[in-house]
Amino acid sequence: MSDERIRTVRVTLDGQTIEAAASATVLDVALANGVFIPHLCHHPDLRPAGACRLCFVDVDGRMVTACNAPVVEGATIRTNTDAVKTTVRGAVELLLVNHHRGAVDCEEGDACELRKIARFIGIDEVRLARFRRPEPAPPVDTSNPFFEYDPGICVLCGICVRTCDEVVGVSAIDFVRRGVHTTIGSAPGAKWMDSDCVSCGECVVRCPTGSLSMRDSEVPEREVRTTCTYCGCGCGIHLGVTGGRIVSARGVRENPSNEGRLCVKGRFGYGFVNAPDRLKKPLIRRDGVLVEASWDEALDLVAAKFTEHRGDAFAAIASAKLTNEENYVLQKFVRAVQGTNNVDHCARLCHSPTVAGLVQSLGSGAMTGTTKDLGDSRCILAIGTNTTAAHPIVALQVVRAVHQGGKLIVINPREVDLARHADLVLRNRAGSDVALLMGMMRVIVDEGLHDPAYIAARCDGFDEFRESLARFDAATVEELTGVPFAQVAAAARMYATNGPASILYAMGITQHTHGTDNVLAVSNLALLTGNVGRTSGGVNPLRGQSNVQGACDMGALPNVFPGYQRVDRPEVREKFERAWGARLDDMPGLTHLEILGGVTGGRIRAIYLVGENPALSEADANHARHAMEEVDFLVVQDIFLTESAEYADVVLPAATFAEKDGTFTNTERRVQRVRRAIDPVGDSRTDLWITSEIARRMGAAGFDHASAADVMDEIASLTPIYGGVTHERIEGSGIQWPCPDSSHAGTRTLHTERFPTASGRARFFALAYRAPDEEPDAEFPLVLTTERSLYHYHTSTMTRRVPGLEQLRGEELVEMHPRDAAALRVSSGDQVRVTSRRGEVVARALVTEVSPPGTISMTFHFHEAPTNVLTNAAFDPVAKIPETKVCAVRVEAVR
Amino acid sequence: MMRGQVRRVLRNCGVIDPCDIRHAVARGGYAGLERARGMDPAARLTELERSGLRGRGGAGFPVARKWKTCADTPSDTRYVVCNADEGDPGAFMNRSLLEGDPHSVLEGMAIAGLTVGAAEGIIYCRAEYPLALARLRLAIGKAEEAGLLGPDALGPGRPFHIRVKEGAGAFVCGEETALLASIEGRRGTPRPRPPFPAVSGLWGRPTTINNVETLASAALIFRNDAAWFAEYGTAKSKGTKTFALVGNVKRPGLVEVPLGTTLRQMIFDIGGGVAGDHRFKAVQTGGPSGGCLPEGSLDIPVDYESLQAAGTIMGSGGVVVMDERTCMVDFARYFLDFAVDESCGKCGPCRLGTHQLLRILEDITQGRGTEADIELLEELGRTVARGSLCGLGTSAPNPVLSTLRYFRDEYVAHVRSRRCPAHACRDYISYEIDESECTGCTVCSGLCPVQGISGVRKGAHSIDSAVCIRCGVCSNSCNFGAVHTVDRAQPQDATT
Repeated sequence: MSDERIRTVRVTLDGQTIEAAASATVLDVALANGVFIPHLCHHPDLRPAGACRLCFVDVDGRMVTACNAPVVEGATIRTNTDAVKTTVRGAVELLLVNHHRGAVDCEEGDACELRKIARFIGIDEVRLARFRRPEPAPPVDTSNPFFEYDPGICVLCGICVRTCDEVVGVSAIDFVRRGVHTTIGSAPGAKWMDSDCVSCGECVVRCPTGSLSMRDSEVPEREVRTTCTYCGCGCGIHLGVTGGRIVSARGVRENPSNEGRLCVKGRFGYGFVNAPDRLKKPLIRRDGVLVEASWDEALDLVAAKFTEHRGDAFAAIASAKLTNEENYVLQKFVRAVQGTNNVDHCARLCHSPTVAGLVQSLGSGAMTGTTKDLGDSRCILAIGTNTTAAHPIVALQVVRAVHQGGKLIVINPREVDLARHADLVLRNRAGSDVALLMGMMRVIVDEGLHDPAYIAARCDGFDEFRESLARFDAATVEELTGVPFAQVAAAARMYATNGPASILYAMGITQHTHGTDNVLAVSNLALLTGNVGRTSGGVNPLRGQSNVQGACDMGALPNVFPGYQRVDRPEVREKFERAWGARLDDMPGLTHLEILGGVTGGRIRAIYLVGENPALSEADANHARHAMEEVDFLVVQDIFLTESAEYADVVLPAATFAEKDGTFTNTERRVQRVRRAIDPVGDSRTDLWITSEIARRMGAAGFDHASAADVMDEIASLTPIYGGVTHERIEGSGIQWPCPDSSHAGTRTLHTERFPTASGRARFFALAYRAPDEEPDAEFPLVLTTERSLYHYHTSTMTRRVPGLEQLRGEELVEMHPRDAAALRVSSGDQVRVTSRRGEVVARALVTEVSPPGTISMTFHFHEAPTNVLTNAAFDPVAKIPETKVCAVRVEAVR
Repeated sequence: MMRGQVRRVLRNCGVIDPCDIRHAVARGGYAGLERARGMDPAARLTELERSGLRGRGGAGFPVARKWKTCADTPSDTRYVVCNADEGDPGAFMNRSLLEGDPHSVLEGMAIAGLTVGAAEGIIYCRAEYPLALARLRLAIGKAEEAGLLGPDALGPGRPFHIRVKEGAGAFVCGEETALLASIEGRRGTPRPRPPFPAVSGLWGRPTTINNVETLASAALIFRNDAAWFAEYGTAKSKGTKTFALVGNVKRPGLVEVPLGTTLRQMIFDIGGGVAGDHRFKAVQTGGPSGGCLPEGSLDIPVDYESLQAAGTIMGSGGVVVMDERTCMVDFARYFLDFAVDESCGKCGPCRLGTHQLLRILEDITQGRGTEADIELLEELGRTVARGSLCGLGTSAPNPVLSTLRYFRDEYVAHVRSRRCPAHACRDYISYEIDESECTGCTVCSGLCPVQGISGVRKGAHSIDSAVCIRCGVCSNSCNFGAVHTVDRAQPQDATT
């Protein structure tokens, strides 16, 4: 195949001799050489369909469709023979007379490819008048909140159908009925929303005639290229701006992370920016009530109080939503001005075991590969990740890998959507991942499928690890995981014999009291088969938020300075003390749970809470609410008055991503630009300005950067993995760290030659099985596991302000297996009360086999049903992450 | 009836008990497979090539070339697919063979598997053939019991399994790429070729897909030899071919004749000519998308090239005989109606073009056509034939284009003189009762569904043309030939 791309052939195209790649089609070659051939069903992202029958050419006397005709050495291609011209004209005329808006006066204008083609070939209205009028078209389908389908102007090119299948992997739509009655949909008579459609809009943006079109669309005055604020996929978007409002978003095709593709949130989820209830003024609590105040009043008060609470009584919670520059300045403020390492952020609640685990085993706690390379994996093992919901654009690469013949193994207690593409689906008991993975590794070692040469050359600790496998015999693994051992063995063989193999994982691995062990098990498996350091292989923790990777990189963690440089290393501390001109604490600070927990004992007196909402997101959320109520002084800095802001003494109105300059680092370590599209709404300010201003009012030096770019220069000077990153250098497609200096192009695949450990070698870890902290018993007989909906984001502060998203998913649903539902005499739609040792929540039930028997699941998006009042705050001893993936509950019908 | 026929493929039909594998074996069944197993791979292809066997599904592609391409395409897996989705109305060649001699098809598939290197065969058979399906399943079971199929069918440790997949009644699924899509569980619509199934077919693997009769013929070639097979036929079209001879012919039925036999021999010698006192008018070959030939073409030999040159196709072997009572415009309309129904909708020329053709033909047969429409029919017919994605579309205009070629005067009569020369199109005819022949028996007036016939018993009756719906019941029921079909009063009369 690669030979075909390199090999060239010479062809004659309308008399002109052209050299072309042997793998190209006649249509590719013609279009690349400025020869227009009419076409409607061709799209560069899709396989040829040959359906529109417009791209006819004559190749050596035979009339063929150019879109699926390969170029052949010496061929003579003619686009203008009589037969070609009359056939194309005939086909175009047939489409035009069936196009209900008519040929010339179509309101789609030049956006309509059919109109362009009609103009190209020159349409004679007299000829069209000879035809019979078409059947009346079915009505426009407006069931989707974001776009609509008009069958009357649909040419049935099938681009939407193929996009949904080949690109998105959902296959929600197909051709429905046949002959002249053919339309697009899921079933005859069904509405668009009755289908499995995930509303990503990828079909809409590819529709050549406007038959699929955005609702409430507005042509923006200008567009600003930036990075999406939602998940860690880090998609490039063009934000459309009219006046001071965000009116549209479209994918950036040149962006290597998403190549133009977006999910439903990324394309339609920006209404929150201009939501009427954005925080526009600082608020100060007076007589128990939050009242508006001036910035001077608020900042002076904050500066005074923070000055009172210097040292270890102070803590800040940073945010994976802030830019790198903002997180850097925030942790610098905590360390250099407040004199403590008490800074942490929500990565503690999602991927702290990744950082803790992978740093030990591989030397670096980040995704080893690149999103796009996942699509070229020969095997993907997706464990503890509901990729299509939480990382939709990464999921597209999984679909691509499968379409290319790669194997897919899905390991998850729940039958997540990805399972439909999988070769093997292993539904293990929640919390049994170590046993499952060790069981797989035992098979691999027993059958000699591991890579001894790689292990000998690059890894330590193998013998001890190997001994620990003895504990995981077939019977034990089967008992602990609930998965038949034959399936475990089949997965082991499939993973070990199809390389390069990538492991994807997310919260299903990390949010456990043994989360770090889970991560180490994953890294053991990848090392065992020599997959770390290979392109399209490796260990790929999928990071949840737009800048959670960056927030970690920037040292918004209690134990490390930017770039994972440990605070307890004297030489490191000296470097930062010199740079920042301050004495720095050598003791690691408190973690997220410890900060909120520290309030009770009086250890923590003031909290600076930036862009986070623990009232909904923290495990055992009632405890978190209590802490926020108790603490002497709480400053909340956010874009909305969140559930947590209700507890604040001072609320500072922050700007959204659309209103600031800076950078985000996405899950594949790519540092990308965030650009100001509009001015901050109301009197809100960027987090960079606010934190710097507090520091300045406290008399601190080093907080007067001229711009975000200026901050990045300081980051680069102190952070080796960002050493070569400047705003200027990342203008185009970003840079993946490590990037040590300005001549370095960044790193696509980590650990190709050596590991960033002291020895340069990776390490295996001997592991034992540990049960979840809380297991079901007679009083609380079910397991609750938490999950996410594609349509919402975290505590829904942003997404629930987008009416369309609210329409697609407007409430919490307790998902349970039909067997459990039958025992409780509950049907879908019934109200149920879910009770744990810590609290209770009422929501509606959804009965589905996606949930395994004995396990229910809920999201944490809805304040009306705050799931995290149920979850268990017992945490992993190393990473201090609470076990939000497993707790014991009981469910009762609310009659 | 049997004179002129050479029954080779059909030799067992009606002779053996198709449910008893011993009957098939006693008549030489699976001997071809055994002989093929003893040959080296190249020899098998040579044998097939020398036989000159071409695809019996209609397109006439040389089977040896198809199998060789499949065998030569590198892959870990290959498939053999039998196309038993006989969708042509009035065709029952494959059905008879599947019902009467299923083992011959299984044997052909096994030989194909041996030759191309496949271990799995799939028969895609229409669900409307319950007996064929039952007999196939029974035959597969029996052949596996006997070890003729199964783990060692192609030699020790060389398995060949066959399973049956039922179609769901879409005509387009007889098109090979649509058929493969349907087996894969996708919507049965065609895709452009290349790649051809022999290179990338079922599940993207090289797949040889052949018609029922082709596979049965292959079994015969290996049981006997290439020369034996080729002793019948023409230079380019070897062997015998089965046809479903139907329509208004004296002895309709399934016939098998050497290729190169003329249509006249088939219709008049074997079929006994036109039934009743009617005159031969036209013959359609090749099923619903075949063309129509006039009397003057009766002496052309039935082979792939000759039929194509004459404007029709071999198809899978349907032969429909029509007499002077058939209106050729109405005939074209009838088959376009079928094409419009069965068009899958994927490509514009077929989806929209066949619909336009039908609407225009309806207009012409119902008194609304114009002379310009005749040109438009030709133009559209060419667009659909050249522009469509699959064989269904490219051949769908054949009934229009061939009748325009041979019976253009009938079209002209419809649009210019507003008359239907065959007296078949209701909008152009009236019924009249000849008073001198009417006996006043009242049969017609009793049967008339609209009470449009008046008259007293034993007195002459008359038809009220304002009420008459031209159903023809009176004419068909009159025992005295008193009801005549006449050209209807012209439209200008209707307006007065």
